[in-house]
Amino acid sequence: MADDTSGVRPLSPHLQIYRWQVPMLTSILTRITGNALIVSALLWVWWLLAAATSPEAFATADGFLTSWFGDLVMTLSVLGLWYHYLAGLRHLIYDAGRGLDIPTAEKLGWACIIGSVVLTVLTLIIV
Amino acid sequence: MRYLTDRKRAVGKGAAGTGTEHHWYMQVSAVGLALIVPTFIIIAGRALGSDHASVLETFSHPIPAILTALVLVVGLQHFRRGAQIMIEDYWHGTTKKAALIFTTVFSYGLTATGLFALAKIAL
Repeated sequence: MADDTSGVRPLSPHLQIYRWQVPMLTSILTRITGNALIVSALLWVWWLLAAATSPEAFATADGFLTSWFGDLVMTLSVLGLWYHYLAGLRHLIYDAGRGLDIPTAEKLGWACIIGSVVLTVLTLIIV
Repeated sequence: MRYLTDRKRAVGKGAAGTGTEHHWYMQVSAVGLALIVPTFIIIAGRALGSDHASVLETFSHPIPAILTALVLVVGLQHFRRGAQIMIEDYWHGTTKKAALIFTTVFSYGLTATGLFALAKIAL
């Protein structure tokens, strides 16, 4: 090697040893929540169809969705929905070319995480 | 001779020559959903857990019914195109095609099912 710069060249990020940071965490969470919400949609449409079909079908679907497991899934759905909501708004800000500097991006990331928890708690209180 | 200017042919296309429609659709549907989803969460959340008669009563009113229809149609199209991005990022070849077809069929199927249920209750 005529020009050995292996000690000074920047390394490309290696995912297993890369320290997690707010922007990357909040970015992947947007994708995960958005795609996971299809489960919530499927369950909710099942419940609506059951309500439209018969009291017996409704009792089955409603029984599942209001059980402790159903409550857990629906609470996580609301959390995922609010998170995706806030992260989507953040995307609109980013796409307008604003908030892309690292301090602002990190603040917006925290706003998505904390905001989604706060909105979920508020939703559970109101509903 | 072409009467279109170079600029006119370039506007609206990305480097791939296509794809900007997808991005614009996601932005428009995101804003639309941002307007209706908070109210929908309250309506759907309150209906969930009430008895059968109250559920039928709720979704026979115009505003809950219209909001639900909009969330079903716009929300699931937003999902379809969002999932498309994920699929195109992680899968290739036949797997990608199969996943895209499945997502499309599933989204329309779920929308149609939801709209049928809603229509049966509301009308």
